[in-house]
Formats: sequence, C-alpha cells, structure tokens
Amino acid sequence: MQASDRFNINSQLEHLQAKYVGTGHADLNRFEWAVNIQRDSYASYVGHYPILAYFAIAENESIGRERYTFMQKMLLPCGLPPEREDD
Amino acid sequence: MASLDPEISRTQEERKKMEQQLASLTSVTFDTDLYGGNNRFEGYEKSIPVNDDEENFDAMDSEVARKLASYTAPKSILKDMPRGGDEDEAMGFKKPQRIIDREDDYRRRRLNRVISPERHDAFANGDKTPDVSVRTYADVMREEALKREKEDTLRAIAKKKKEEEETKEADKEREPTAAQPAQKRRNRWDQSQEETGAKKAKTASDWDLPDSTPGIGRWDATPTPGRVGEATPSLSRRNRWDETPTPGRLADSDATPAAGGATPGATPAGMTWDATPKLAGLATPTPKRQRSRWDETPATMGSATPMAGATPAAAYTPGVTPVGGVELATPTPGAINLRGGLTPEHYNLLRWEKDIEERNRPLTDEELDAMFPQEGYKILEPPASYVPIRTPARKLLATPTPLGTPLYAIPEENRGQQFDVPKELPGGLPFMKPEDYQYFGALLNEEDEEELSPEEQKERKIMKLLLKVKNGTPPQRKTALRQLTDKAREFGAGPLFNRILPLLMQPTLEDQERHLLVKVIDRVLYKLDELVRPYVHKILVVIEPLLIDEDYYARVEGREIISNLSKAAGLATMIAAMRPDIDNIDEYVRNTTARAFSVVASALGIPALLPFLKAVCQSKKSWQARHTGIKIVQQIAILIGCAVLPHLRSLVEIIEHGLNDENQKVRTITALSLAALAEAAAPYGIESFDSVLKPLWKGIRSHRGKVLAAFLKAIGFIIPLMDAIYASYYTKEVMIILIREFQSPDEEMKKIVLKVVKQCVSTEGVEADYIRNDILPEFFRNFWVRRMALDRRNYRQLVDTTVEIANKVGVADIVGRIVEDLKDESEPYRRMVMETIEKVVANLGASDIDARLEELLIDGILYAFQEQTSDDANVMLNGFGAVVNSLGQRVKPYLPQICGTIKWRLNNKSAKVRQQAADLISRIAVVMKQCQEEQLMGHLGVVLYEYLGEEYPEVLGSILGALKAIVNVIGMTKMTPPIKDLLPRLTPILKNRHEKVQENCIDLVGRIADRGAEFVPAREWMRICFELLEMLKAHKKGIRRATVNTFGYIAKAIGPQDVLATLLNNLKVQERQNRVCTTVAIAIVAETCSPFTVLPALMNEYRVPELNVQNGVLKSLSFLFEYIGEMGKDYIYAVTPLLEDALMDRDLVHRQTAASAVKHMALGVAGLGCEDALIHLLNYVWPNIFETSPHVINAVMEAIEGMRVALGAALVLNYCLQGLFHPARKVREVYWKIYNSLYIGAQDALVAAYPVLDDEEHNTYSRPELMMFV
Repeated sequence: MQASDRFNINSQLEHLQAKYVGTGHADLNRFEWAVNIQRDSYASYVGHYPILAYFAIAENESIGRERYTFMQKMLLPCGLPPEREDD
Repeated sequence: MASLDPEISRTQEERKKMEQQLASLTSVTFDTDLYGGNNRFEGYEKSIPVNDDEENFDAMDSEVARKLASYTAPKSILKDMPRGGDEDEAMGFKKPQRIIDREDDYRRRRLNRVISPERHDAFANGDKTPDVSVRTYADVMREEALKREKEDTLRAIAKKKKEEEETKEADKEREPTAAQPAQKRRNRWDQSQEETGAKKAKTASDWDLPDSTPGIGRWDATPTPGRVGEATPSLSRRNRWDETPTPGRLADSDATPAAGGATPGATPAGMTWDATPKLAGLATPTPKRQRSRWDETPATMGSATPMAGATPAAAYTPGVTPVGGVELATPTPGAINLRGGLTPEHYNLLRWEKDIEERNRPLTDEELDAMFPQEGYKILEPPASYVPIRTPARKLLATPTPLGTPLYAIPEENRGQQFDVPKELPGGLPFMKPEDYQYFGALLNEEDEEELSPEEQKERKIMKLLLKVKNGTPPQRKTALRQLTDKAREFGAGPLFNRILPLLMQPTLEDQERHLLVKVIDRVLYKLDELVRPYVHKILVVIEPLLIDEDYYARVEGREIISNLSKAAGLATMIAAMRPDIDNIDEYVRNTTARAFSVVASALGIPALLPFLKAVCQSKKSWQARHTGIKIVQQIAILIGCAVLPHLRSLVEIIEHGLNDENQKVRTITALSLAALAEAAAPYGIESFDSVLKPLWKGIRSHRGKVLAAFLKAIGFIIPLMDAIYASYYTKEVMIILIREFQSPDEEMKKIVLKVVKQCVSTEGVEADYIRNDILPEFFRNFWVRRMALDRRNYRQLVDTTVEIANKVGVADIVGRIVEDLKDESEPYRRMVMETIEKVVANLGASDIDARLEELLIDGILYAFQEQTSDDANVMLNGFGAVVNSLGQRVKPYLPQICGTIKWRLNNKSAKVRQQAADLISRIAVVMKQCQEEQLMGHLGVVLYEYLGEEYPEVLGSILGALKAIVNVIGMTKMTPPIKDLLPRLTPILKNRHEKVQENCIDLVGRIADRGAEFVPAREWMRICFELLEMLKAHKKGIRRATVNTFGYIAKAIGPQDVLATLLNNLKVQERQNRVCTTVAIAIVAETCSPFTVLPALMNEYRVPELNVQNGVLKSLSFLFEYIGEMGKDYIYAVTPLLEDALMDRDLVHRQTAASAVKHMALGVAGLGCEDALIHLLNYVWPNIFETSPHVINAVMEAIEGMRVALGAALVLNYCLQGLFHPARKVREVYWKIYNSLYIGAQDALVAAYPVLDDEEHNTYSRPELMMFV
C-alpha cells in the first residue's frame, strides 16, 4: 500500500512537472528554485505591459529593448548551475 | 423361424441404433464445435465465390460491419443470427463471461489461426544471410503461395468430385442407407459442424464395417485445444480407415485399412498436408523438408510451446493435439499421465468415459444367461464381418489399464499431475482452473528450482507471474504485472510471448482474463521495443480478433495494442509481417488483417503506408490482395474519420481502378470503400471523387445485385458532398435506377435504396416538385407496405427516409398519403405510421394540414391509440402528444371526444390501458389549457382524484403525473378538487415504496408546497414532513432531490422552526445517506428562510455530545455556506468559534468537515473584507496539512486553496516558505505540494511575493528590477 501509494504520487508529480514547468518537489535546490523564480518574474514583466513601460521609463530604454533584454535574461537568469556537492 | 426373423432384425435394428448412440458417447468424442468434425472445410469459405456467402460480411452486412467500430448494442438485437443451441446443450451449464459463448461462427474463426513461429528480423541481423532454420519473409510468402495453390487444386478436385457425385446420384438412390443424406450433405462446405459429428458416428459405428471406430477417423484432424480442425474440402465421407485411397487426397494418410489397428504409428508418417504434428517415435523427417513445407501447422503449434525452435519432431508438448498424441503414443498405462498436453476438456472426457465404460462394460455370457429367460431366445452367431474393436486408441482412451478389469486401478505413484483435486499450489500461487493445467501444469511439479537450467527457471518464473496475473487477487496481479514489465527485457521477447500468446488462444478464455493478458502484452511491448520484431505476426494473430469483437472496449484495446506494436516494430516490419496475410485464402484472416492495417496507418501516418497500399491495390497476382488493399482503405476511412481529408485524393486514386475490376467482389468493396471515404470526408472533398463519378454512374446501369447495391451506396454518400446543381443532376440520373430497385425483393437492397433516397432527397439541389412527382408515387407504393414494419431495421430506415422526404415536400403530402393507414389492421404498421407522423409533425408543425386532413388525422390517431395492444405504448403516446400539441387550438372541437375516450379508458379493466389514458392526460394538458377547456380539465382532475385508490403502482404513478400536469396548468386556486382535499389524500401515498409513485407524488406535493401551501393547514404540512424523512432513503437521486427541495418549500410556508426541529432530530439516525440528505435539507431550509433563522438552533445542536450530530451540524454548515455564498459574510464571525473548536477536535471527520466548511466560507466571502476571520481560521486549518487520510487531506488542501482565493497567494506563500527547505523530507514534500497548487493557481501573483534571495559568488539570485523606482 505504502509503496504503491508513493509510486502513485510520484507519477502524478512527474506529470505535474511535465505540465507546469515551474512546479517544485522536495529535492529542489536553491539554484533550481531561484531559476524558476527568475524566469517567472521575467515572464510576468514581459506579460504586463504597464510594468514593462514602468521599467522602460526607469531605465530610460525603449519598451521593445526592455522586453528583449528580459527575454534574453530568461536563458540563464542565475548564471551557470553550481557544481553539485553530493555527486 | 420366419416369424422370428423379422423380430430379430427389428431388435438388431434397435440395437444398432442404441449402439450408435453409445458410440457417440464412448468414442473419442471431442467438442465438435471446437475441434471440428471430420469434415474439415466446413464453415471455411473458399476464396473464389462458389456461393455468395462470403460477401455477407462485406457488402450485405456492410452496415453492421462498417459500424462495428461504433456500435455497442448487443449483437443479438442488431443481427438476428440464431446461435447454435447445440453448444449450450453440450455445456450443460454456462459460464457467463466466456468470450467464445458470445461469439458467432465468423468470429470464432479466430481459433482457426495458428500462432506462427517467429520470423527473421532483418533489422537486427543486418546483412547477414538468415539462418536456414529461421523463417524469413520469403519463406512465409512461399508458404502462402503454396497454400493458395493447394486451395485451387482442391477446389478443382472438389468440383470434379461433385460432378461425379451427381452422376452417381441416380444409382445411389435405391440404397436406403441412413448415411445417404449425410453423405450428400457432407460435400457442402457451409454445413454445420455438429451435424457431421453426429452423422459420422452413425456411419462409423456400423458393425459391418471392420475396424471402424468413430474416433479414429481423426488422424488428420489436428484438434489442438483452440482450433477447429483445419478444413479441407476433401470429400472424405466417412472414416477414412476403411476406404481405399480416394483420388482427392494428395497423399492418403489413411489409405491402408489394416494400418490403424496394427501399427498405429506408421500410417501418418507420410505427413500429408493436413497431418498431425510429428510425434517422437515416428520416423524422424529431415528437418529441411519439414521446414520447407509440410509442417506449417504442426511446427507452429510446436513453437508456441516452450520447446520453440526444436525440431517439430519434438512437438510433443502441451498445446499439441491431444488426440493425435494419444493415438500414436504407445499404449502404456502411464502414457496419459506422462503427457503434459492433456487438455482439460480431454481430461474431463477421459474421466467421464471411464465412468461410462465401467457401467457399460460388456456383459459376460453367464450374466446374460442369468438375465434372459431360457425360452424364446436364440443365441445368434455374430456376423462374419464382425470384428471386435481392438483399436488401441479406443482402449487406451477407455481406461488406462490395458488388460485389467475396467474397475478401480491403484493409481501410479508420483504422477506428473493430479487432476481430481486441485493441488495446493506451491509458493502462494493462485488457484488454477482445470483449463489452466495445460499451460501452467508444469508449475505443479515440485522440482527443485536449483536443478533447473537458467532457461527453465526463467520459463517457470514467467509462468508463475502470468498465472498470478490471470487468476490472482488484485494485489498479486498488480505486483506480478509490474514484475513482468520491469523484467521484460531480461526475460526476453521469445519466452514471454511464447507463454502469453497461447493463453490468449485458449478457448475458454473469459473477458476479464483476456483484458489482463492484453494488458500484459501492452506493458511488455513498451519495454521490449524493437525486440518484438520477430514476434509481430504472432501477436497480430491473437490481437486481430479483438478488432472485430462486439465489445467496444475490446476493440479499443486491440487498436491500442496494434498501434503500440507498430510504433515499436516500425512500418517495415509491420508490412513484412502482414503482407502474407493480405491474400490469405481465409476471408476471416484478410478481414482482420485489413482492420489491423488501418490501425497501423493511423498510428504511423497514412502517407507512410500509401506506396504500399498502392502496390497492393494493383496486385496482378490475386484478386484477394486487391480486395484486401481496398478494404484497408475502407477501414482507414472508418477508423480515422475526417482525418482522411488531406490524403483523400491519393486514397481515391489508389482504389479507383477497382470499380472496373474483373472480380465482382473487388468492385463491390471498392464501391463500399468509396462510400466510407465520402462519409468520412463529408461535407468536404467532392473534388477528390471527380475521377470516380463516371465509373460509378456508368456502373449502376450495368450492374445488378450486390455490386449495384454497393455502387448505390457509394453514390448515396457522394451526392451530399456535391454542389446543389450537380447534386440535382446526378440525383436525377441515379433516381431512375433507384426507382427501378424500389421493387427489389432483396432486403439489403431495400435498405440501401432507402438510405440513398434519404441522402439524395436531403441534398440542397433536389427540388420538392421533382420529389413529389417522380419519387413519391413509386416510393409509397413499394415501401409503405405492412411487411416493412416487421423488420426493425427496415422500419427505422423507412421512417427516417420518409421524414427526410417530408422535410422537402412538406407535411400535408406525406401525412395525407399515410393518414388512412392509421386505421390499418396491422398494429406494427400503424405504429410505423404513427411514428412517422409524430416526427414529421414535430419537425414541421401542423400549419399545412387542412381541415379535412385534420379530421382524418385526429380520427386515425384516436383509432390507433384505442386499438393498441402491444406493450410499447410510447410511440402512440408520443404521436398523440406531438399531433395534439402542434395542432394547438385547432384541437378544441375534438377535445370532448378525446376526453371521453380518456375517461372511458381510465375505467378500463386492463391496467395498461388505464396507465396510457393517464399518461395521455399529462401530454395534452397544456393544449387543453390553450383551448380554454379549464372546466374539462377540472372535471378530469376530479376523475383522477377518484382513481387515487389505484392499486397498480405503475398506473398510480401515471395518475399522479396527470394530476401534476393539470395542477401545473390551471393553478392552485382553480384546481378541482381543491388543494385542501387533494393534499391529505396524497400524504398516505407518500408511504408507497414504488419509485414511480414516489417520484410523481413528491413532485406533486412539492409543487403544492411551492405554490399553494396556504391552502393546507400547517399541521398537515408537518405530517408530510415526517413522511418526507422516509423518502430521503430513496434510491433514486431525483426523489431525494425533490424531497430536499420540498423541505425548503414547506419551511418557507410554515416557518423554519418546526421543520428544523424535525430535521435536527433526524441527524441522530444511524443511516449515513439519511443524515447526509438531512444536512442538505437543513442547508436548504437555511437558504430559503435566511440563515439567521436556522443558525442558532443549528449551532446549539453542536453541543450535543454525539459524533454523528456534531458532524451533521458541520456538514450542514458546509452546505449552508456553499448555498448562501456571499451572504456568508454576515455569519462568518458567528460560526468562527464553532469552527475553531471543530478544527481542533480529535476526531478526523470533525476536522475534515470543518475544513470543507471553511473552504466554502472562504470562497463565498472572497473580497468582502472578512480577511481577519479567515486568517484566524487558516491558522487552525494549517496544522492539519500533515494528515494522511485521503479525505481529510483533500479537504484541508481545498480549504487552503479557498484561502488562496480569499486572502491572496502571497499570504499563503508566506505560510509555505517555512517548510519548503525543511530538513525533514516528509515535511518538504507536503510543503512543496502546497506550493505547487499555489503556483498552478496563481503563478503570476507570486512574482511579487517571492522571498529576496542573496547573490552567491557565481550566481545572481536577486531581482534588481523590482527595486526600480521612478
């Protein structure tokens, strides 16, 4: 019961993560979570035009360029992943 | 002496007869149904149409066949094909779910198929020349060609034989042998099997024939458990032992009459094409020769067993011909026991036979002397030709002891298997059914596993797991299935499939078992991937029958497996595996292969398959290949529907030449495929059919019969795709033929013609005038006849077509033509007329109907309604209702007459008639109101009221329904009898337990409570309340819902206090359903009478120290807040202390129910400024997140979700952060789960609330953008 149950939840979790990229799990580390946070944030900035406009004014850039930089930053938002200690 | 002789001859005659019966009992009888009689080609369709039976599945039943993919109704209804009662008799009792029991003969032909040996995998072995022992594609194709050739030869022989037979017929006529008719019939291929079985026994046991035993004639039958004897058209008329070689036999195995008795092993060594598997002890044939040809059948059977790959000489394994084996084996007593391949059927037979033999053992002379009087009897010499039965086979089968008494024999020690008592299986294996011994018998031998070779151990392991999957308990099954899946590659494809597939061919398989085994295959397929290639054909052999199963889910399962298989094996392998079956001689094989191919096409994409299809459809070699190729196209169209559109043109191009094919079956299937394509493509794609229009329209002029039917069908589906102008032109072209075919006596043609007429008529370009003048007269003359009403499908089709015509030409034309028939003397016909009128009038209204027609119509309807006798009254009722409702106020003059009829019929002796009358009232009540016949309705109300004492519940229900209808239209105040009289009469009826009565009664009471509560004293309502509590137990949801609503109305009428008290008391009852309904009722009362009237009492009730009551209160609160929504904001502070307490209670259910109350509350008051209370409650909910009970944790999670909506995601995130990186994994898991649901629900809102993370040396985690400030 216990084993199968865990099997079940895990499989659901896999499904969940396949469907929603930003969801987490118990073994997520700081870096991975931070990457998700950053990407969500940039996606949100790009998605809300007023915020984008606000940033553009604050940085004295065009809105298009702001959008472009945000999208670029989504590639490696936190830099390269750190070496894993446990491996 | 002379007087004695006729007597003797009579006795002898009788005795002979008895002996025949006995012979049929004691001989080696098998289930002729499964194994087939001697006549092995019966039920086996020849490929070239001698008769037209084969097409039955294609063209004539095409309706059924085509719809196979979609219908789920029981076969018996759709197709009145009588199932042989014989098999039921033979079984004596029936297991309910066996697949074979519900299969018709055609589907049962799946058992004819052999699980072919694995084939060469060209991909795996690269360029290497395949080993000689491996079957390659070329081998298989050669074998197929050979089979076809053999088929042709045999057919030629059979034909010749038949001619000879006919010439001989005259001579034989004088011989009054009993076998004569049987012999004659036996030449026919379509003869049923059991018949031959019986007849054969008769001829065979004739004691004038030396050596003849009924059982022995089966050398050449290979009755493997699942197989009906492979048929041959050979005209072997009787036991072949005593026949001289007939020219019809290729190599006559049974040529020498003496052989059977003397050397049982020697005769079949010649290995005829229909030979049994070679058994050990025979002259070993060279492997080369075996492989090349003769061993097709036996070798495959052999390889389906664990000894795969061994020379067929060793095919002496389970799964192989039980009878052949017995006959050939040395007749030692132990022989039977040594053999693993005893089928359960065979075993039972043995046991039974032993019993019979024992009782029927020959009487000794002394016994006879003692029994008969000394005088008047004469001891005759046995006829010179009499030879006692000495055949070893029979002896052997009769009893395992060769010489000893046929009584009890001490069983040998250490037998391989024990059949009588199901042995305790070692190692916790599940129970084995007798049928399973054949497959799993080896598991019973308690050998030391250590001593087995690794291969054998693996076999054993697989067997164990399969047995667990097949017969085990659900947990056993689950683990076994997982193990099989996980270790699939380790076990290897060969051993796995060699075990699984024979199981699926087991004749006694049940639905559930098949489902499980198919599941195993599916799982294993995933893991094995390309390793399945050599086994593709094997798998297809067992899976293809699923595609034509009558069970929808079996078909889906079959499709899924084949689709996965083709993804695993790849297109090339699939084609290589199935290509040989495309022109198989057996129509069944071709049919299933075509279906399987369509699944492959949908799995791998049509474009990939197009070149292959093109080649097949143009095959010059055989018409079967073309037929199958075109059929594949048809199946693709049926399977994937409108997804054919992108490939429509190429598909049509591939098959179009088939319309002019030399073979009429190919022409037929081409037309049917075009029909399927057009149906799938509708309403698009006419341009793709351009090229076939001409041949189709030319074809209908030159063809007759089935081909014509198929062509018409194609046209019927193509015309609706056309533009209006073309449609009208082509319709006129085809109509000439259609009208000609109106007269066709062929049922199938009739159906198709009707369908095509419907399709043509519904097309835009066809004018009403044309239909009226050119089609209608002939149409009505030919189709509107009584006979059409007798067949269900004709009936449907005719009604549909007529309705479609009516849509074009209007109501008056159609109704005018058939209205007279409402008074026809045939009831089914009247019903058909009524249904048509109902549909036409419901579609188009009655404005076209003039006064005269109106009169006729009402007159006819009344007549038809009054004259009906059958049980199915709905057609008449609906028809009556539809006509009356569409005529509206025009019915007024007829209403008195109608009501008179109703009143008279309400008083009828027959319950059915009373019920119909009452039902009719409820259908016409609205119209009566329109006609201002309120007085009449009041009168009817009184009449109905008087009939409330009705004792038949069905009728009482209808009467209540009628009263309800009247009350609904004339209102509470005008109702006669007055409500205050009516309701007290209803109260006792509420006690009635009949569902129909309950439902109608509660509806009526609810209606009165809603609209006319003031007419009834409060005390009466309270009495009703008590009755209603009982109704909360009803099984039907509708009744419970109506009851709960009625509580609301009553509470509204007489104030909530009393009702509430009743309900709160009811919370103490034991039944859960009752309590749940009570809580719902409380919530509804609260909703209708405002929560403040209910909440104090409800919360007070929470103080009762009883779990059920407290939970009931909490549940009521939960429902209450769900119903009142926003109104909850006024009450949230009031109930918070109660919820606090509940959320801290020790009882899980308290917390669960309180959590769901909190959820509804939070959702209701979102955005209404109750955050303080909600946060407070969240603090109580939160500690429950670690609960493990599924219901509780669900409720808690939902409460948190509710909080997310009401309080915002940011706040809940703050609760969450503390645990996301908790050192304990269990804690983290829960918190991440909450985080995930938060994230999914409000991803964007979280952006602003994420914690600030500090940068590390290489990584930036901060979000500087959020610090920007203008």
